[in-house]
Amino acid sequence: MLRLENCEIANGVFKVSADLQIAAGSRVAVVGPSGAGKTTLIEAIAGFLPLTQGRILWQGQDLSAMDPGKRPVAMLFQDGNLFPHLTVAQNAGLGLRPNLRLTLPEQTKVQRALDRVGLADLAARKPAALSGGQQSRVALARVLLQRRDLLLLDEPFAALGPALKAEMLDLVAEIASETGATVLMVSHDPQDARRIADQVILVAEGQAHAPQPTAALLDNPPPALKAYLG
Amino acid sequence: MARRAEPIGAFPGIGAALLVAALIFGTLAAVALRAEPGRGFAASDWAALRFTLVQALLSAGISVGLATGLARALARRRFWGRSVLIALLGAPFILPVIVAILGLLAVFGRAGWVSQVMIYFGAEPLQIYGLHGVVLAHVFFNLPLATRLILQGWQEIPAERFRLAAQLNAGPGAMWQLLEAPMLRRVVPGALAVVFAICLSSFAVALTLGGGPRATTIELAIYQAFRFDFDLGRAALLSVLQLGLTGCAAYVALRVSAGEGMGAGLDRVLRRWDGAGVTARLLDAGWIALAGLFLVLPLAAVVLSGLPGLLLLPSGVWAAALTSVLVAVISTLLLLGLALPMAAAVALGRWKAIEGAGILGLAASPLVIGTGLFIVIYPIADPFLLALPVTALVNAVMALPFALRILVPRAREITMRYGRLALSLDMAGTAFVWRVFLPRMRAQIGFAAGLAAALSMGDLGVIALFADPEVATLPLQVYRLMGAYQMQAAAGAALLLLLLSMGAFWLLDRGGRWHAEA
Amino acid sequence: MKYSVFAAALLSATAAYADTPELTVYTYDSFVSDWGPGPLVEKAFEAQCGCDLKLVGAGDGAALLARIKLEGARSDADVVLGLDTNLTAAAKDTGLFAEHGVSAEYDLPVAWDDAIFAPYDWGYFAFVHNVDATAPTNFKALGASDMKIVIQDPRSSTPGLGLLMWVKAAYGDEAPVIWADLADNVVTVTKGWSEAYGLFLDGEADMVLSYTTSPAYHLIAEEDASKAAAAFDEGHYMQVEVAGILAGSDQPELARDFMQFMVREEFQSVIPTTNWMYPSVTPAGGLPAGFETLITPAKSLLLSAEDAAALRDGALDEWLDALSQ
Repeated sequence: MLRLENCEIANGVFKVSADLQIAAGSRVAVVGPSGAGKTTLIEAIAGFLPLTQGRILWQGQDLSAMDPGKRPVAMLFQDGNLFPHLTVAQNAGLGLRPNLRLTLPEQTKVQRALDRVGLADLAARKPAALSGGQQSRVALARVLLQRRDLLLLDEPFAALGPALKAEMLDLVAEIASETGATVLMVSHDPQDARRIADQVILVAEGQAHAPQPTAALLDNPPPALKAYLG
Repeated sequence: MARRAEPIGAFPGIGAALLVAALIFGTLAAVALRAEPGRGFAASDWAALRFTLVQALLSAGISVGLATGLARALARRRFWGRSVLIALLGAPFILPVIVAILGLLAVFGRAGWVSQVMIYFGAEPLQIYGLHGVVLAHVFFNLPLATRLILQGWQEIPAERFRLAAQLNAGPGAMWQLLEAPMLRRVVPGALAVVFAICLSSFAVALTLGGGPRATTIELAIYQAFRFDFDLGRAALLSVLQLGLTGCAAYVALRVSAGEGMGAGLDRVLRRWDGAGVTARLLDAGWIALAGLFLVLPLAAVVLSGLPGLLLLPSGVWAAALTSVLVAVISTLLLLGLALPMAAAVALGRWKAIEGAGILGLAASPLVIGTGLFIVIYPIADPFLLALPVTALVNAVMALPFALRILVPRAREITMRYGRLALSLDMAGTAFVWRVFLPRMRAQIGFAAGLAAALSMGDLGVIALFADPEVATLPLQVYRLMGAYQMQAAAGAALLLLLLSMGAFWLLDRGGRWHAEA
Repeated sequence: MKYSVFAAALLSATAAYADTPELTVYTYDSFVSDWGPGPLVEKAFEAQCGCDLKLVGAGDGAALLARIKLEGARSDADVVLGLDTNLTAAAKDTGLFAEHGVSAEYDLPVAWDDAIFAPYDWGYFAFVHNVDATAPTNFKALGASDMKIVIQDPRSSTPGLGLLMWVKAAYGDEAPVIWADLADNVVTVTKGWSEAYGLFLDGEADMVLSYTTSPAYHLIAEEDASKAAAAFDEGHYMQVEVAGILAGSDQPELARDFMQFMVREEFQSVIPTTNWMYPSVTPAGGLPAGFETLITPAKSLLLSAEDAAALRDGALDEWLDALSQ
């Protein structure tokens, strides 16, 4: 279980507070108006923004003081998820060893992960030679290899077409099922939420609300969400 | 929880900056403490200060102004010989002063090529000696460096931005506003500060081209205090003045040099679609031709006068060449050891003072550093034994400001762009340095290393103060040959020096080049 | 001499080498260069002293004195060779030098009587020109002519300071007028001799401040008779180069041996064609062929060390004033 205990996150003058918990293994969409603090919330969990109060716990363990890389978190950003000077295999391999000194079995693992996301033949390419969808798949292969408990997505597929995006979300869902990861996904599209999330956290007016079942919330939105959904 | 996670530590950089500051201020303090009561500033020192400031400001302004035009032309044109020209841009800067002076005067002097053409057409010969001569010489030295620094600014604009601009059908005005002006706002102040600082400590060039004691600079006053008056206190005082001026210039440059970076691209091959008009083409061609002539002619004079001498080089010259290469290698390694951690620390954003510390290396008088080191080393070891390591270290510190100007913008972009991704992958520290930081800095490291190696090769530096008959560097050997009337052999040795420096620069710079065609 | 012994031990692993007494002589850089007298002098002295002669170059004469002042009584040096009469007063004032005890019949145009410093060579400053040019015969004629000259800065160069003293010795209080007349003849002022001579050879000026012996180099070493020194009728200022023993020397006897060696045949015969100066004691075989072509000034000018030291700063101010207009 992920617990945000009486948290307050400062991002410049902007503040977001959260006091909520998310069951392990659930898939949660974070929705809300633009600028309400969705990314701020995610980044605090990932460890990029400090808490001004409260703490974050995963399975009872306090994450608040841990460095981002030491947290049980894998994260995909809006862009810049790949290093342009590294090959596809190297970018994925970072998920196993940040220094890229991979053993033979580990290299096999990387190849299997690339296989799994459908990039088996492109292992030696550089990101610039890939399509947008293929670049996303490399990042997902890395997530697969990271095997972290929490997977945080900050709209990494926003630039992809609807069909491609849906494909990626399905891939995320599959990977999450395989690894048992808990997924938190920032989204501005209710369809994304319906597609893979069983719960939704609404972030509005500097407040992250406790998760609600997706269908119930979207079918019967509170005023703040209603204003956003239009 | 106040600590912000960072992919790379600031402490090695802070350590390096402290080391540099300790070297510069420590040697200065050593000289000052050794001083007996002297006469302090004299009226002539204020005149020297005034002249130094005027010529340095003019030289910096004109060098950087011309460099902007030249860099712009070079950035948007591809032509045969372009990479050779860019490599040649490194040359004036690394020539030993005495050789460069003779080369310049072979072209612009009373008996120079230009004057001969003018006399042929019945005009008066060119009058080169005076403030304008000083500025001309300083532009010759610094235009190439400023051009490289600014050109790098252009090259750091990712290919994606040019694509976007082309797509928006941006004309020259829009290109300027969208891409060029913001980039220049970031790059130009630093280039100005560097050139200003170099000209501040000019001495032999200013005196010779200035035509006499009117052109007395602070560095000459320091020299006089040392060897004419043996007034160490005054030497230290003047050195403080010089450091203070450079410090001010660095501070202003760092304050003014604002603005966001250009962001990162995916290392696509750069293509330019702008500047296709006839006017733009003619303008660029004019810039490149004129600047090329201005830079290449004096070099050609050096080469021509050196060719006959190349055959009669005494064996001592080859030994000295080997020594110089050795010093250059050590110096380059030391430089990278200092500059990379410092660049990383500056890139984290909270350690701007480090960049300031870096630029002081330019302002420090080699004479003061050399003498200070001598005072410090003398009680504990034989200064002669340490001549080569000390020369390598001082050369590295002198090259530091250039290296930082080259490394910092890229380092900043790397940490901004990839810091979080690396952190989320637990790539902090060594893994980040080896897998992301260094590979993505390759081009800049190559350029900085090339410049440092070439500079170290060409610099007479402190070796003259520590010289040992058995170990001479090549520039020292050039001076010794001239001192022994062997002007022809000296010209040959100078040409060898030029070739070695250029070779080192080309090799290292080439080794790290990105945007493959640049 | 602890450190030089350490250095020697480091450079050579043989214990015998480190046991040989070592004599350290500080001198100017061009003395020790491959083309200077250094290598020949070292060989000749080591052949007879059973010692290791270490010649150390430190810039030029003025830098040499600064170096000695910095090192003070702890200096490794036993002998300092290469000061001239413009520096000896300041050198004496340091109290670091001992009496040399050298006796010799000097062939100097002036009488020499100095217990601290002994001369090893000397020369006249002169303006050197191409033989096809008609040279002026004194400073006034030079000032009135449109001959262009390159000179060295007295603040950074030994010949530059020599010229200052030359004009002062010849004209005394009239020196500022001479300099004012010369101002428009001076193409430029350089940091050192090499720059000035290089500019002259490249045709930037009609004459350069150098020595009367400069044409001998071109004649003897390059078989080129195209250079000549202009004879000035007010006389030529001399440079007398001297050496002295440091009081703190740990090899005083060896140092005295070296000083005596310095005025003997083996040393003196090397000087004309390596240092391109006149030996202080003419060798038995006379001067090398070619030296007889050089001009002999009608009058030799030389300020005493004390006068030179006293007049120096004033003369510099006059020079700066005249050339800064």
